[in-house]
Amino acid sequence: LEIRFPWKLELSFPWFGMDIGGTLVKLVYFEPKDITAEEEQEEVENLKSIRRYLTSNTAYGKTGVRDVHLELKNLTMCGRTGNLHFIRFPTQAMHRFIQMGSDKNFSSLHTTLCATGGGAYKFENDFRTMADLELLKLDELDCLIHGLLYVDSVSFNGHPQCYYLENPSDTQNSVKTPCSLADPFPMLLVNIGSGVSILAVYSKDDYKRVTGTSLGGGTFLGLCCLLTGCETFEEALDMASRGDSSNVDKLVKDIYGGDYERFSLQGSAVASSFGHMMSKEKRDSISKEDLARAMLVTITNNIGSIARMCAVNEKIERVVFVGNFLRINTVSTKLLAYAMDFWSKGQLKALFLEHEGYFGAVGALLELLKSSEEP
Amino acid sequence: MSTSKMAAGCERVDSGHSMDKSITLPPDEIFRNLENAKRFAIDIGGSLTKLAYYSTVQHKVAKVRSFDHTAKETEGDPLYEISMQEEMSARLHFIKFENAYIETCLDFIKDHLVNTDTKVIKATGGGAHKFKDLIEKKLKLRVDKEDEMTCLIKGCNFVLRNITHEAFVYVKHADSEFRFQNTHPDIFPYLLINIGSGVSIFKVESEDTFERVGGSSIGGGTFWGLGALLTKTKRFDELLQLASKGQHTNVDMLVKDIYGGSYGSLGLTGDLIASSFGKSATPDKEFSKEDMAKSLLHMISNDIGQLACLYARLHNLTRVYFGGFFIRGHPVTMHTITYSINFFTKGEVQALFLRHEGYLGTIGAFLKGAEEDNPNQYSWGENYAGSSGLMSTSPDLNPMQRARSGTFDMLEMDRLERQLVNLPLLQDPSSYIPDTVDLSEDALAREYWLYCFEEALDGVVKRAVASQPDLPEAAERAEKFRHKYQHKLQTLRHQPFAYGSLTVRSLLDTREHCLNEFNFPDPYSKIKQGENDMALKYFQKAVKSLGELSWEQRQFALVRGLLAGNVFDWGAKAVSDVLESDPEFGFEHAKLQLEERPWLVDAYDQWLERLKGPPHKCALFFVDNSGIDIILGVFPFVRELICRGTEVVLASNSSPALNDVTNSELQILTERIAAMDLVIQSAVKEDRLTLVQSGSSSPCLDLSRLDKVLAGVVRERHVDLVIIEGMGRAIHTNYYAILSCESLKMAVIKNSWLADRLGGKLFSVVFKYEVPPGHKTTTLDHVPVTPS
Repeated sequence: LEIRFPWKLELSFPWFGMDIGGTLVKLVYFEPKDITAEEEQEEVENLKSIRRYLTSNTAYGKTGVRDVHLELKNLTMCGRTGNLHFIRFPTQAMHRFIQMGSDKNFSSLHTTLCATGGGAYKFENDFRTMADLELLKLDELDCLIHGLLYVDSVSFNGHPQCYYLENPSDTQNSVKTPCSLADPFPMLLVNIGSGVSILAVYSKDDYKRVTGTSLGGGTFLGLCCLLTGCETFEEALDMASRGDSSNVDKLVKDIYGGDYERFSLQGSAVASSFGHMMSKEKRDSISKEDLARAMLVTITNNIGSIARMCAVNEKIERVVFVGNFLRINTVSTKLLAYAMDFWSKGQLKALFLEHEGYFGAVGALLELLKSSEEP
Repeated sequence: MSTSKMAAGCERVDSGHSMDKSITLPPDEIFRNLENAKRFAIDIGGSLTKLAYYSTVQHKVAKVRSFDHTAKETEGDPLYEISMQEEMSARLHFIKFENAYIETCLDFIKDHLVNTDTKVIKATGGGAHKFKDLIEKKLKLRVDKEDEMTCLIKGCNFVLRNITHEAFVYVKHADSEFRFQNTHPDIFPYLLINIGSGVSIFKVESEDTFERVGGSSIGGGTFWGLGALLTKTKRFDELLQLASKGQHTNVDMLVKDIYGGSYGSLGLTGDLIASSFGKSATPDKEFSKEDMAKSLLHMISNDIGQLACLYARLHNLTRVYFGGFFIRGHPVTMHTITYSINFFTKGEVQALFLRHEGYLGTIGAFLKGAEEDNPNQYSWGENYAGSSGLMSTSPDLNPMQRARSGTFDMLEMDRLERQLVNLPLLQDPSSYIPDTVDLSEDALAREYWLYCFEEALDGVVKRAVASQPDLPEAAERAEKFRHKYQHKLQTLRHQPFAYGSLTVRSLLDTREHCLNEFNFPDPYSKIKQGENDMALKYFQKAVKSLGELSWEQRQFALVRGLLAGNVFDWGAKAVSDVLESDPEFGFEHAKLQLEERPWLVDAYDQWLERLKGPPHKCALFFVDNSGIDIILGVFPFVRELICRGTEVVLASNSSPALNDVTNSELQILTERIAAMDLVIQSAVKEDRLTLVQSGSSSPCLDLSRLDKVLAGVVRERHVDLVIIEGMGRAIHTNYYAILSCESLKMAVIKNSWLADRLGGKLFSVVFKYEVPPGHKTTTLDHVPVTPS
């Protein structure tokens, strides 16, 4: 067994960064577009086939997906120019992925596989025994922050990376508005994956994990599956988009007939999530869509509430929400924007990033590239 | 009468509480003193109704009155006469029962409400609206709604201020699951987290200043609603039952499921939940009801705990109380909330729960309606005889008791005649604990004392009957007393935590409450009278013989006399045996029984040294027994202090307890002694000897609940010496009390078990003289060491 040490001057392809989470594996792949004829000739068949496989498909196996709309084009990394591809697949498929690495004889490419996320630890041994691959394990929060700052610093094919919702108090008509993260510190970074981590970030390398909650994307999907029989995040979100949570939640007005004036609570505020479900009649008449919507609202509002409290305690006004829970999830982004604005009386601002859940993987890739620079 | 029995279990409600169909309770045991009831309040929740009313209770009190001694005295005439009088006192009644009984209960109240001019009933709680018409129809009272949360906070302030050991920390696997907190002199500020269907978080800064600082929609309703959807289980407590049997790790995604182990660099252990229900996002797996319920319980408890911590930190508060139906005595939720708070604050904040949490709303509503009576200007005390006490959380412990009290639960509070405050001389009022041993945590001691009180019951009953020779039904009443107290002892055997920490003091106080309940206000009145008479005859002789001693001999004789006097204590088992069989057991004899020096705790040398220095400005003396103790022990000692130039304040009980001298008895005794002794006479006349009430009617002493007048006198007179005498006041309580001035704690140990515990023997002497650290006294340069 030969271990490739990361301080080789000329970094050999392929360049991957991987973030193995509790639910999803996020993979970024740098496709060099500046390959010389000489290089082309020297390129081993293996490498070529990997490149072709990844770049010519948008779906891999039953569950792998390439987020084409996120692809970063004409990116220069480590002196090379190319495109950065963003791929995801369920962590449940991890063993099939490792098997594929073995089948394609990935280990013969002598590359370093940089991985972060809990799976880097959990699957380390499987990579070794099944595919003869050594992982370079990286801290997920380091990768998250480095990746985020990097992605924000490069051009997203001329589109803005960072945005907020203008007019957040009107969730029907709030408008996605680009903004800049040029002076990002301090920021409260809320990463919503299967669970949630909340970080106070003061500079690139100065941050702390403030808290976390186990009520995250995994909870939304897990409970939706149990309550509605749905199978995927997309399905759950689709149902949620058509549901009405006020059939499920008990609102302040359901208890007090209107606003609870003594404590200035609006009648439309949720008093008890799933509170109506205490009644058998209501349980018997509820739709799956309503349940999915209530689940989404419950989880989102709770994250918003914890994030807001952390922001106040840490005295940080900028709250950046990332993580794959926010993917195609406008309901949640609007709710978070609204909650930050409403409960802080306009003090706090919720920011979002287009590459939501891929920053850890990008951070892992950056580590790989950094390793070539530091002898 | 058809309404005199209520058959429980006539219907079941969709609630979290079970009813035993076989239980029948006589409502007159529940709705007591209805004849004089006024100022009703009712709090109707989702499943339980809590009713409150105020009543006046007529009961007997023993009064002493001095005979006219200007007439020529005849040998054998008693010193004073004792009479029984009827007095009225104020009591608050709180009763909790299931909503299913509401109509039956209202009928009973209507039938028995005779003397009331009440027109309004204050109402709160979510169900108040639903039952409004029924209440108005049945009781002919106008329902006046009060804000639920305001009532809750008012009630919380009231119980925190007036009920000792109201708040507790829950420790699941400890010997005693409840760790009661001392009643803090200043209850504000605190955070109250009410977990009903949603969560409300209140910051309470004073009686009238509070604010809803936050909340969450994820609460008890979420657990119930989502739980019912997931498990098809309808009832809240069945869901909790399911949860207590489940394994959340089958449903939740743990850190180790993601990492394969712990996330070391962040200090996240592998067992931590990374994503609640994270494993259930799969179509091809079945999950058990138990596992899902458990996961849900963890998810919600952790979430609430986290929010509570964030608010506690934001407002810089460490006292956080939890209430609401999600908590209400459920060990499962108290445990998960406690766990969560510990996790998120790393132990900096403790989750506190309340013994009377379920009553807060109705107490608050009642107080709103009683504002013109200004109930907050009084001190109130929990009546142990009339209150059910906290039930065991473990269903296998005494299941009958639990089922019975799950149906009806009562709390009675007596309005105390005196307003009670801290002794201003407590070094640190917030850490002061009156009781020396917590019997709820000391199983051996608990066993012994429960046995001891059971053994003594016959004697108490006998003396109670003997104290009322003119009343033929006294024997029957005494039997009722026996039954009640025996039942209390049984309850306490199973649930030592029923009224807070179990202590010798609480056992004694419970007995006093039960005696009063059955109109035996002072079983020892005759005995005290006889002893006082006898002792007075010896007073002059005793003073004379002391006068013949040298200064140093006299100081020792005074201390020894005081200790010997303290042997005469009917409350102590060893002595009551002797006294009963041999009434001639005399003062001199007692001195011979005393342990020779060095005593078990012996700071006499330091005390003597101190006496060689300048006199104290003023001594506050908490006295103990009647008869020989007060007359031949305390008075000569006090006389010497007065002669030294020290003012003396004698603090005695406001109402009777055992053979302790009461304030009114002491007034008569002081008059009589003043008539014989010029030193005492001029001291009384010149106000250098003052009598005050302690505000207590216990054989023990709680220095945090003393008569406000006493506290004023202490400040005015600049008391610089506190003397506490007797086993109840100086050993069972206050043994470790730290005062900000010099103190003497003196007692003879008249209980062989206790003597054994303290490493001594029967009639061992404790003579503790303490000087606070850094305190300047003239000749004293070291502080005696407390024995272990």
